[in-house]
Amino acid sequence: MAKILKKEILAPNIKKFIVEVPEIAKKAQPGQFVIIRIDEKGERIPLTIGDFDREKGTVTIVFQEVGKTTYQLGLLKEGDDILDFVGPLGRPSEIEKFGTVCCIGGGVGTPEIYPVARALKKVGNYVISIIGARTKELVIMEKEMKEVSDELCITTDDGTYGMKGLVTDALKKILDTGKKIDRVIAVGPVIMMKAVSELTKNYNIKTIVSLNAMMLDGTGMCGICRVEIGGETKFACVDGPEFDGHLVNYDLLMARLKTYLEEEKISLKLFKEKMGIQ
Amino acid sequence: MAVSPKKTPMREQPPKERIKNFNEVPLGYTPEEAITEAKRCLQCKKPPCVKGCPVEIDIPGFIAKIKEGNFKEAIRILKDKNSLPAICGRVCPQEDQCEKDCVLGKKHEPVGIGRLERFAADWEAEQGLMEIPKIEKKTGKKVAVVGSGPAGLTCASELAKMGHEVVIFEALHKPGGVLVYGIPEFRLPKKIVEREVNYVKALGVKIVCNFVVGKTKTVDELLEEFDAVFIGTGAGLPWFMNIPGENYTGIYSANEYLIRVNLMKAYLFPEYDTPIVRGKNVAVIGGGNVAMDAARTALRLGAEKSMIIYRRSKAEMPARIEEIERAEEEGVIFHFLTLPVRYYADENGRVKEMECIKMELGEPDHSGRRRPIPIPDSNFKIPVDTVVVAIGQSPNPLIPQTTKGIEVGKHGNIIVDENTGKTTKKGVFAGGDIATGAATVILAMGAGKVAARAIDEYLKTGIW
Repeated sequence: MAKILKKEILAPNIKKFIVEVPEIAKKAQPGQFVIIRIDEKGERIPLTIGDFDREKGTVTIVFQEVGKTTYQLGLLKEGDDILDFVGPLGRPSEIEKFGTVCCIGGGVGTPEIYPVARALKKVGNYVISIIGARTKELVIMEKEMKEVSDELCITTDDGTYGMKGLVTDALKKILDTGKKIDRVIAVGPVIMMKAVSELTKNYNIKTIVSLNAMMLDGTGMCGICRVEIGGETKFACVDGPEFDGHLVNYDLLMARLKTYLEEEKISLKLFKEKMGIQ
Repeated sequence: MAVSPKKTPMREQPPKERIKNFNEVPLGYTPEEAITEAKRCLQCKKPPCVKGCPVEIDIPGFIAKIKEGNFKEAIRILKDKNSLPAICGRVCPQEDQCEKDCVLGKKHEPVGIGRLERFAADWEAEQGLMEIPKIEKKTGKKVAVVGSGPAGLTCASELAKMGHEVVIFEALHKPGGVLVYGIPEFRLPKKIVEREVNYVKALGVKIVCNFVVGKTKTVDELLEEFDAVFIGTGAGLPWFMNIPGENYTGIYSANEYLIRVNLMKAYLFPEYDTPIVRGKNVAVIGGGNVAMDAARTALRLGAEKSMIIYRRSKAEMPARIEEIERAEEEGVIFHFLTLPVRYYADENGRVKEMECIKMELGEPDHSGRRRPIPIPDSNFKIPVDTVVVAIGQSPNPLIPQTTKGIEVGKHGNIIVDENTGKTTKKGVFAGGDIATGAATVILAMGAGKVAARAIDEYLKTGIW
């Protein structure tokens, strides 16, 4: 059981929980995730660890309400318990002094890149961060990202805040200045990570992405999270979730993420009807 | 009086009815039927059946009590050696163990030992009884058991009876391991697993779920708090064939398929949130018990066609004969001497066809079974919308990968001394599928007992 200590609404349908899980907080590393189950009939879903406080024994999760489980999660209040909360899972991010790194967060990928950017800055990297959202009210964690970056660029699709365009537009602008980037780390929607990787391939920059494959147990038992990396099959939960962005078969990942599209629609529709949500 | 040549029949759900539900198929004996069957036992002075039992149950002993109608004593004798009798009575391959050596079985059908074990355990549950055996004085020693499957549960309960403090660490959110995620509801109702787990808890064992040893804490960190560690993490790493198209949507490992249905109750979607694709043309690749479970599950999920695709012939199938027969009765279609070589998908990346090749049997391989050899140019295609790859599992690599000093064999199995369960790391024992590769519930239990005895010895003497 994991108690929700603090709840914050970061943006429409994007919520943040600080959860009391001392054993996980002690061990968590940037890049890792947890698997949670809200109640006895619930499904198991992976959520990236957005932050952790070893002293306070807490872990932060930030999630977007997209389906039944995340909507149900979003209705929980401070003091409520999440029935099952397990971690930390996955391999931690590679944190080394690479030189100049570019950390890119797309949408709800920003809370996921935040601990990575912070750790990279701590070991002496020059951190250029780009965070992107569709529109101004969906830009999240600007203050936190500013604190851990040497340079921060914000993009919105509709230009209501920061630079108008996609994160790849901002990245291209930086690359075209001739600045030497030693590594790019990108977390966000699959299509965004694919676009970032295609761009950096032309500039020969090592690019790491964090794959949001569907998961069930999260410990390497079932294979639902299988991804193709350089033609080889890997399990995102134990071999990843971070992989070399230039070797990922993004189309396969996108196809596999659609496995339960019909079932997801049914679940969400029933839940919204039950709760009287639009 | 002549002994009945056949086992007392046990009622079961008829095939056409049972594929519509997830309820148990064999319905158990009534007390009268149990006594009738118990009377068939010859009460041999030197019972070979006991030698065939991996946990050395006093078989003639408990059967004699059933014959007398003293069911309470029968279950006490059973539980003296076996802490999970309701489970073993259902899933043990008795035909390869106790019943194989039954003297009556030389001339007639053996005594239905498994059925009687199940009867005694179910009788106790129906009475609402749960007798706790004598527990030795507290030793002040603490043991960490990693994994709450049959090996871990048994090792823990034996150690608890010996007076040690035991904590089981389980990675999933429910205890039971393969009992709760692998074996279907219609073979082993989860209420029964829950009951048996409660018995283990009643002995004083603490079970901590959602704790992944190797991630949440390492074995070395556990050794700082505990005097010994037993590893029973099983063989949960699924095998894939690595053929083209195997990552298309709709192709599952048997683990995933069964975890969704058995543990997460996906057959009750949307009341339960975990979904599963209810395929119409389902192909299950493999010939073991797991493959039978998957094929029978597919029928219950509404498959019009549930097929077993096996590369050898029926005679070589490793599944229990009983499981194969049940699958046949239910309408599973068997394609023998057939091997998948490639999958094809539709425009959305969902599997739609499986290309296979015909096989023939050659000389025996290392397993003693005739080696399957592809027949060139015999390729053909089968339409499928769901595939379950049930070709086997390997020991879970997480603990060996995160623990210094634990030696593993070629297939990732932890190397142990067969007589003690000792690994190559001081204070660390192991048993069950993690040491042997995928095997049976009862063998895992036997290993749990062996290790418990050795751990007790180590804790008392300090000698490694």
